[in-house]
Amino acid sequence: MSAAAPWDAARAREIISAHLGLEGPALPILHALKKEFGYVPEAAVPQMADALNISRAEMHGVVTFYHDFNREPHGRHVLKICRAESCQSMGAEKMALDFLARLKLEWGKTTPDGSLTVEAVYCLGLCSHSPSAMYDGEPIGRVDGAMLDELAQEAKSA
Amino acid sequence: MTKIYIPRDMAAIAMGAKRVVAAVQKEAASRGINIEIIRNGSRGMLWLEPLIEVETPAGRIGYGPVKPGDVGSLFDAGFLSGGAHPLGIGKVEEHPYFARQRRVTFQRCGVIDPVSCAEYIAHGGYKGLDRAFQIGPEATIAEIAASGLRGRGGAGFPTGVKWKTVADCPADKRYVVVNADEGDSGTFADRMIMEGDPFSLIEGMTICAFAIGSDKGYVYLRSEYPVVAEIFNESLAAAKAAGVLGKNIRGSNLSFDIELRIGAGAYVCGEETSLLESLEGKRGIVRAKPPLPAHAGLFGKPTVVNNVLSMATAPMILADGGAAYHALGMDRSRGTIPLQIAGNVKYAGLCEVPFGLTLDEIVNDIGGGTLSGRPVRAVQVGGPLGAYLPVSLFDTRFDYEAYVKVDSLIGHGGLVVFDDTVDMSWMARFGMEFCAIESCGKCTPCRIGSTRGVETIDKIRAGENAAANIELLKDLCNTMKFGSLCALGGFAPYPVESALRHFPEDFQKPALEAAAE
Repeated sequence: MSAAAPWDAARAREIISAHLGLEGPALPILHALKKEFGYVPEAAVPQMADALNISRAEMHGVVTFYHDFNREPHGRHVLKICRAESCQSMGAEKMALDFLARLKLEWGKTTPDGSLTVEAVYCLGLCSHSPSAMYDGEPIGRVDGAMLDELAQEAKSA
Repeated sequence: MTKIYIPRDMAAIAMGAKRVVAAVQKEAASRGINIEIIRNGSRGMLWLEPLIEVETPAGRIGYGPVKPGDVGSLFDAGFLSGGAHPLGIGKVEEHPYFARQRRVTFQRCGVIDPVSCAEYIAHGGYKGLDRAFQIGPEATIAEIAASGLRGRGGAGFPTGVKWKTVADCPADKRYVVVNADEGDSGTFADRMIMEGDPFSLIEGMTICAFAIGSDKGYVYLRSEYPVVAEIFNESLAAAKAAGVLGKNIRGSNLSFDIELRIGAGAYVCGEETSLLESLEGKRGIVRAKPPLPAHAGLFGKPTVVNNVLSMATAPMILADGGAAYHALGMDRSRGTIPLQIAGNVKYAGLCEVPFGLTLDEIVNDIGGGTLSGRPVRAVQVGGPLGAYLPVSLFDTRFDYEAYVKVDSLIGHGGLVVFDDTVDMSWMARFGMEFCAIESCGKCTPCRIGSTRGVETIDKIRAGENAAANIELLKDLCNTMKFGSLCALGGFAPYPVESALRHFPEDFQKPALEAAAE
């Protein structure tokens, strides 16, 4: 996973203004900020509100509505495990809960060493190969507990 | 030079296609053999992915599922000239999986290089748009109407009527918007067509733009599909370079551009008004209708919002005529439906057939029963808002109205198979939990009802006043069904009610037994 840049107000302003020519630029801007910084920092919210000429409250509402725009940095790696029906038909729920229990982690949280964030996802469109997961953006089909453990181990060392 | 096809489809990648490509390249280099690898889409036989195809004088010969470790033995077996190997499936197009299929929307998927406009045209692409140019906008809409095509997103609204409404609405600007927010579990047809034949969507949108008088189109894609984003952006660039997007398309007066926009993990944005809000940069809150998006859609302008499959089918309808498409299917469900067979099933994949197959044919004949080998107990049709059907309803024919008759819906054509280990009260609880997580919060029945639903099912599962709480749950479902603003709260009761109706025994279990599973 490419390392996220530390918060830089000038850089954020640059990113925001680069998208202002688009119709309805808010989501493209938020995605670009997340790509740059790894999350959507609180300080970017008033900047965006100013640039888009909407209130901070409205902007806050947009950022917090979407699951993807995490407002705190993730761990160095992100593992998304599918909880949707198809994956449940192949035992994903138990597999995921057992894995979280081994890591002593809850959904959406990061391991204490900052190596791995584990998130629930509701369908990756890999329902032909349930259970499925995604590790740093790479899709994985027919995942099992041992494969999840390996990924957690891999996350620690990189 | 031998042509080798290795899919770039996300499911193939999830099963190791990238490593297989690397292994084939390495093996070919070490043996001094010249090959050309084409990253095609998937043929839909997903249980065989990664499926390698080799072009031979006899046709394309397939091998799958291939692991990187199999590559050496494939070369040893002479697979480059179609040699025999335990993973060989023979001529791909003669595989029995295709025997009962009728590929219309997916005719090129898996066959061609998805990002090559020239290959798309060589395989019949842009015949539809050229014909639209010949017959004019009104006749183009008439062809779509004559085909009987209905919205493949799930609502089943006649596409021709929608296009005509937008075309007839006076405006200085109109938009074409494609809903690629394919969030339903068990569905992956939009993903596959955009990865395997993106030009069919680009051409379909261009036909729509010509028909309604639009110069701007958006595709709203869910963020869970990064491979689609990559491939679709490459195809958009290729389309512009080839002059099939941009100014004066194919020498006509039509100017039209398409922009890909990425969602942000909100299931509700698959609802068309919520999607429009999101495109405008707002929270994905559902709008009250009227006004319809056809009258006041994106930025208040008349807007066609169509599912990927509906739009990607338009080129074939224009090329072959609406009557040819209408000749397929049954009753008011005309044409074909790309079924997505998934979950606990032996032959998971995408199978495009005319409407009208029974659930038994789909699950047992095509899907081959469960992967676990245990008996099938339930099939959820139409995503997380679809009903669970028991084996006793396996004679139901795949058709919009036939499913409504059994208090169900076909949705986007996805089917998730469960074996007899499934706990249906848990699945009902999950249905409510999912609705609570994804509710946009605008209307009370959905926002509060889903949370109360989870709590009530928890009580039932714990054996607490079960009979009274089951009645309460039914009442709650009724309120959500008729009191919610959109399909999320309005359809979330389908899985719950169907579980209660068809699998009542799962709601009678003592708590300890349920927990011990």
